Amino acid sequence: MFVPLLVLRNLLRHKLRTLLTALGIVVAIASFGLLRTVVDAWYAGANASSSARLVTRSSVSLVFPLPLTYAQKIRQVPGVASVSWMNWFGGIYISERNFFPQFAVDARTYLAMYPEFVLSDAERKAFLFDRQGAVVGRKLADQYGWKVGDTIPLKGTIYPGTWTFNLRGIYEGADKTVDQTTMFFHWDLLNESVKKLYPRRGDQTGLFVVGLKDPAQAAQVSETIDATFANSLAETLTETEKAFQLSFVAMTEAILVAIQAVSFVVIVIIMAVMANTMAMTARERYAEYATMKALGFGGPFVAGLVVAESLGLALLAGAAGIALTFPLAAAFADAMGTLFPVFIVSDETVALQLAAALVVGLVAAAIPAWRAARIRIVDGLRAVA
Amino acid sequence: MTTVPDAVSDTGAVPLVSIRGLSKHYVRGGQAIPVLVDLDLDVRAGDFVALMGPSGSGKSTLLNLIAGIDKPSSGRILVAGVDIAKLSEGELADWRAAHVGFIFQFYNLMPVLSAFGNVELPLLLTSLSRRERRERVDMALALVGLSDRVDHFPNELSGGQQQRVAIARALITDPTLIVADEPTGDLDRVTAGEILGLLERLNDELGKTIVMVTHDPRAAERAHRVVHLEKGVLAD
Repeated sequence: MFVPLLVLRNLLRHKLRTLLTALGIVVAIASFGLLRTVVDAWYAGANASSSARLVTRSSVSLVFPLPLTYAQKIRQVPGVASVSWMNWFGGIYISERNFFPQFAVDARTYLAMYPEFVLSDAERKAFLFDRQGAVVGRKLADQYGWKVGDTIPLKGTIYPGTWTFNLRGIYEGADKTVDQTTMFFHWDLLNESVKKLYPRRGDQTGLFVVGLKDPAQAAQVSETIDATFANSLAETLTETEKAFQLSFVAMTEAILVAIQAVSFVVIVIIMAVMANTMAMTARERYAEYATMKALGFGGPFVAGLVVAESLGLALLAGAAGIALTFPLAAAFADAMGTLFPVFIVSDETVALQLAAALVVGLVAAAIPAWRAARIRIVDGLRAVA
Repeated sequence: MTTVPDAVSDTGAVPLVSIRGLSKHYVRGGQAIPVLVDLDLDVRAGDFVALMGPSGSGKSTLLNLIAGIDKPSSGRILVAGVDIAKLSEGELADWRAAHVGFIFQFYNLMPVLSAFGNVELPLLLTSLSRRERRERVDMALALVGLSDRVDHFPNELSGGQQQRVAIARALITDPTLIVADEPTGDLDRVTAGEILGLLERLNDELGKTIVMVTHDPRAAERAHRVVHLEKGVLAD
């Protein structure tokens, strides 16, 4: 108990200095955690994707639709278990600020392929039997105060007009990584309207979602699907759902790299601040270290005191920073609305925060500890005189 | 009181401290600056020796070498039969813990430890149990008259009281030798007298061998023997 007590009392010798340094570490570790969580949120879609699903889209660009007739041909490819299709809708709810993703989906096949969207049987039935029906995620419903039975008006951007949907169900995520900020409605409704307005654009879809019998056959099935439509008017590009999601992330990769760089810079800055604190602390105590060495304590013991003090401060403040990350992340997620569908401080982030605090403590102590261990007793004693 | 050092023990007994051909120089700007030159000195067990001399005469350096906190450039320092000049840093640390009690001019107490904690500090290097340590610390603090200041921190004690704590710390391991560097240098006359009285008691009643550096002739008068140094050599 003696050494921990000595370390603790030493920590509290300059309360203001310790407090300010601790505050810096708390802010740095919390910021690091928040920035890491932002990066994680960017990858949330890719991380939540299933290895048992492929996405088939136009090989030219996602904006070019594919004929619905492809569904039947894809279904016949060996290894394919199911096929569904969907379109990005891009409607506006009241104001452009109220952004949330909306997809027109082939509801029956889509819901079967996405068991992570959990609906009650009653809500599922109600949705399937109402052509104007829609389902939304729990977070989205909570954000706008929607209840089952409400009418949701959307102003079309890609598909003009005002669209009115009947909210038939609110889905929950099977786990916390599932996006609960999306709205789904019937692709048939969209297709009917498109056919009326632009007859030549009817029976076309943005992409197909392909369910696999065996995820291990993903590459082979992808190749076969694309080969099936090779040299056609609408050639396809099939990839895993994860690769499809990552292609969106890649568009903003520079931002992500910048965020990651900033998160590490924050740690480097606090490391420098902490190293300065420890250097000042050790310099003030050279006489005490020399006295301890004169009494018979070895250099490693003295160095251990410096390291223990630095680690103690870094880990305690780091723990506070980690604790602060959770409410901070929750507030950030609230402020961002549906921009980040999944905004969770992951275990990996917490482990990285802890590791960062540990590294800050160790690096900051390294040189002062080395100096304290090597200080000549006569030189150290002279420091007091 | 003898003012001339004995090169050889006059009693024929083996001296506690035996120094032969001791030299120490520092290198400054590539130049060797001699501090002690070919010095011989014996200190008998139970002796109370005062080292005196002007500033820069090498008395503190000699004390540091005897205490094993500095290494000589050449020569031999035998303390209780051990040539400490040949010990490694680690061996010297262990040797100091077992054989030397330190009293410094500015007390050098740990400000974050109470009087009890400061006195207990050297015992942490021993295998004594907590209870045994407590008994010893209580006894040492009682010996220096600070039983009622056990839980006080250095900043709550006067200079004299702090030096008493330092003396208790020096005593606590029952060392072979106590070295004191200007133990009264930071104290007023009355308090200095009390501290010197305490050192005399340690010497007389407990038989502790004390080597003390001092500028103060009144302090030196309390010693059995005064050794004068001038420019790194013993003065006759």
